[in-house]
Amino acid sequence: MNVTLALLVGALTAIGVYLATSRALTRIVLGFSLLGHAAVIALLVAGGRAGEAPVVGDAEPEELSNPLPQALSLTAIVIAFGLSLFLLALARRSRQLTDDDLVEDDLEDTRIAAAAAEHDAPFDAATFDEGISGSDAEDSADASPGSGAS
Amino acid sequence: MNDFELGGTLISLIVALPLVSSALALVLRRHRVWRDLITLSTLVVVTAASVWLAIEVESGGTIVLLVGDWTPELGIALVADLFAVLVLPVALATIALVEIFAIGQRASSTGADPTVADPTLLVLTSGVALSVLTGDLFTLFVAFELMLVASYVLLTHQGRHDQVRSGMTYVVINLFASTLFLFGIAFVYAATGTVNMALLVDRIAELDDSVRLGIGVWFLVVFGTKAAMFPLFSWLPDSYPTAPTTITAVFAGLLTKIGVYVMIRFHVLTGMDDLGGLILIIAGLTMIVGVAGALAQDDMKRILSFHIVSQIGYMMMGLGLFTVAGVAGAVLFLVHQIPVKTVLFLTAGLVEHERGTAALGRLGGLVSKRPFIAAMFGLAALSLAGLPPFSGFVAKLALVDAGIDVSSTVIVVVALVGSALTLLSMVKIWAGAFWGTDPEPADPDAGEPALRPATRRERVGRTTMTASTGAMVALTIAIAVFAGPLFDDSTRAADDLLEGDPYVDAVLGRYELCCAGDEEAGQP
Repeated sequence: MNVTLALLVGALTAIGVYLATSRALTRIVLGFSLLGHAAVIALLVAGGRAGEAPVVGDAEPEELSNPLPQALSLTAIVIAFGLSLFLLALARRSRQLTDDDLVEDDLEDTRIAAAAAEHDAPFDAATFDEGISGSDAEDSADASPGSGAS
Repeated sequence: MNDFELGGTLISLIVALPLVSSALALVLRRHRVWRDLITLSTLVVVTAASVWLAIEVESGGTIVLLVGDWTPELGIALVADLFAVLVLPVALATIALVEIFAIGQRASSTGADPTVADPTLLVLTSGVALSVLTGDLFTLFVAFELMLVASYVLLTHQGRHDQVRSGMTYVVINLFASTLFLFGIAFVYAATGTVNMALLVDRIAELDDSVRLGIGVWFLVVFGTKAAMFPLFSWLPDSYPTAPTTITAVFAGLLTKIGVYVMIRFHVLTGMDDLGGLILIIAGLTMIVGVAGALAQDDMKRILSFHIVSQIGYMMMGLGLFTVAGVAGAVLFLVHQIPVKTVLFLTAGLVEHERGTAALGRLGGLVSKRPFIAAMFGLAALSLAGLPPFSGFVAKLALVDAGIDVSSTVIVVVALVGSALTLLSMVKIWAGAFWGTDPEPADPDAGEPALRPATRRERVGRTTMTASTGAMVALTIAIAVFAGPLFDDSTRAADDLLEGDPYVDAVLGRYELCCAGDEEAGQP
């Protein structure tokens, strides 16, 4: 077990999750790239110690590194590459349609928040006045998830 | 030996043919007739092959294909056991019937011809078949990706605003689950040194309890996200209704069910009994939260999407019991759900095709105008709610029976309450869409085209759509009629899975038989 690689997996995962939970799709693409790298390195670590290149005849079988995780990693890398491209295409399409690439609110969340705002207004007027009076779409979007929870 | 060869050929045909045809259909995508012909004939051929495979496996036992005759530790094993062949023919037949519906829909609508939908559907078919047949975790990962990439494209290929909006959530959630899956594979490989499920059966059992349960919970989250279990379901009701009808019907019938299928396969084979309590709690919450979500909706497609979530709970209940009767009930429920869910979405599509909307507030009185659609919806809805004598009743009875056997009273009560609420929300659709009077009978915009006599093309298209939905209803009724033999086979499948040994013996025995003497084959 290689501690440096294990720490690297942890760091990549942390940054990847942070980016992937953002709202901009371009950041999410970057986040998933890092997460994918983390998973691939984890696979390599799982394959055991490093060794000679796994080509039959180049070295004794005991000195070769384990080729199976390498094969699995390659497949995973190719898949991750394709998916990054798809996400970028989606981000571009979203930009064409809405001029940004932000992930929008869940429809159900928005509706529940709106219903909650309607019914709970007398009880929690202060918060909701803010949410309702803010004509800016982004203001109400920020306020509504909180109002749904209350 | 001859049977082995035949079985292996059928397995490779089912997985590989859709991919080859997909490439062909993509090249010929602008020639509608050729493209439809290739797609449909491929789907019919793989369905027939899967039925043949099912007959072989039912009589002759598990068939294993070791690709390239590598040892199970290194190579790819495709395993057609009883569980796989119970699900596979129903799944492939469903895709074929939905494709017929799609052809009818394209004939009767004047919109743009979706050229990439058919080739992508074939990729999805291959992904579904590979997920069902695969015998190792990494091939399962690849199969999931195949299936999901196809589903991403199908969900967003029209590029409408709502599709891109919900497509983003869908893609990001599934991508996250896939990344977790890859991490899980790394953990399993680090702990056991293999990703082959037959070898994992023994090696996972030997692990420390903490490591073993860690792996179990990790994969519960991975497969649970794909299956839309509580609390990982919120992506589903938002994204499914935005896709075209035929796509939603395939997704609803297959994708989440494949998630549950692999969950049952992995967790039962590796003996995760200790997680039973956790799975039962999640199952109960999934049933109730799903159906409660459905009750709050007023659009046919959204109601049905929430029911997908709710029904996942029933399959997980059977899994959580970890008894032969429970797992058998889950298997039967899974088989019954695939066509029933698809029929419900197809009838919603037919209603939408007739009236231009699936919002209950703008529908009504369809029972007198389109009695056949109403009848098909009614049959499938009663089956979903689990009323006798439909297939849903048999499957739910098996589950409730299994729950009573081990005196898990709470989950049985929750399941029955869930059923009653399901019926209530089906009644809501029935009352809203089919009974009563049409709230917009004299809509001038809608009235004008209705007066124009339908062209022959449109009539043929409409008949095709109705006929394929009818065939799907017939499939659900057939499941109810043959429930006895199906349940016997489900019980055998559950028995084999719980014991584990039959599966292990089949895979490792196959290697002994074909290539153990050939020492070059295994060693790098």
